[in-house]
Amino acid sequence: MLFGYSWDTSHGEWAFALSILPMLLRGLVVTIEASIVGFFVAMVIGLALAALKGARSRIVAWPAAFVTEFIRDTPLLVQLFFLYYVLPDYGIILPAFLTGALALGIQYSAYTSEVYRAGIEAVEPGQHEAAKALDITPRRTFTHIVLPQAVPRVIPALGNYLVSIMKDVPVLSVVTVLEMLNVAKIIGDQTFDYLVPLSMVGALYLILTLVASAIVRIVDVSLPKRGLSLR
Amino acid sequence: MHWEAYVGPLAQGAWVTIQLTVYSTILGGIMSFASGIGKLSPNWFIKSLSVIYIEVFRGTSLLVQLFWLYFALPIAGDLIGIDLRLPPVVAGVLALGLNIGAYGAEVVRGAIQAVSRNQYEAARALNFTPRQALWRVALPQAIPEMMPSFCNLAVQNLKDTALASLISLSDLAFKAEQLRNYYQNSETIYTIILFMYFGMALVLTAIMRTLEHSVSRWRRARR
Repeated sequence: MLFGYSWDTSHGEWAFALSILPMLLRGLVVTIEASIVGFFVAMVIGLALAALKGARSRIVAWPAAFVTEFIRDTPLLVQLFFLYYVLPDYGIILPAFLTGALALGIQYSAYTSEVYRAGIEAVEPGQHEAAKALDITPRRTFTHIVLPQAVPRVIPALGNYLVSIMKDVPVLSVVTVLEMLNVAKIIGDQTFDYLVPLSMVGALYLILTLVASAIVRIVDVSLPKRGLSLR
Repeated sequence: MHWEAYVGPLAQGAWVTIQLTVYSTILGGIMSFASGIGKLSPNWFIKSLSVIYIEVFRGTSLLVQLFWLYFALPIAGDLIGIDLRLPPVVAGVLALGLNIGAYGAEVVRGAIQAVSRNQYEAARALNFTPRQALWRVALPQAIPEMMPSFCNLAVQNLKDTALASLISLSDLAFKAEQLRNYYQNSETIYTIILFMYFGMALVLTAIMRTLEHSVSRWRRARR
């Protein structure tokens, strides 16, 4: 019994597979939710890191670069344990799902911050010079000239990280988040049949990542390459 | 504080992590070249085999692959009457190596395809066989292009070894969890562990840079 569904172990492998599908789909929903929450956290923290790294003052830029490198070079699993066990010591008690999504977001913020930086630096210097020649203020240059050109470059790269985040969600099972792999593991622990649930998770993951990659590609193709009006 | 009590287990754990990283990175390297070159093969069988391998291992999660090899494969073996129970180390190295190899395959394929067409035409004009053209013309130019991506993948692989602790391999992350259970001192232990992984990643990056330097020697020699 899981989520009010019960499994059927007495009518062969196919009946078993069919009976556990609703449970795995419940897990799939959690996987997608965690990916999306983690992705938004990664986008926000990544933007902050990118802004700090781009700062003129070295006292700001250097620690930000160190933090990015540190986050990128340490395992998600250990970061997750760190947050899960250490945050409560400081009185921050979050549900496991949020702690997990936060860990995913922090891990991937190191990657998204590089995406933002690369996107902004890819805007031709001529654009800055033209803006200067036209006497446009630096702030307006950034918001009306640099960003509209950087965003179409940044979005597909961010989308690829969303797909990567989806593949890292199973790590959250270690802090009791009931995502798809954890559901399959519980079914396996109870029925002693790991083959069917774990293979189904593999197949569902293939479908999930294929669909997500296809969506990213469609978004990529439909973005105007010369720039996006932000108004 | 129990510094002296931490050092032993952490050193043991770090050693397991290093071994896991080395073995799985080597396996990953072999799989990268085998399937990256395989994907470009004119032989449809080799080509589709490589494509299926790459898509399956890139399309699913590493932890799913690890659990599948460790928990599901023995049952699959039972069904066909073969003993496929893998020791945790073998399952861990296989899952990590096959996973990173699938990502590496795309790097290899991309770098080989980026070699200019003229090079192949010149090799053909000089009567090189396709095999010679690949080994003596394409790969020496492609490998230096692959190195920065391989460096990232090696660090990725080092980080991924932490997941092997979930199939009861006593690596660094596993030892950390044990120490935490024993001393209830999560902040110190996890901070130490994070810095240990960071240090190992820096060393690995340095090793990969040296390797990059040595495979692109010929470029400097020519200039």
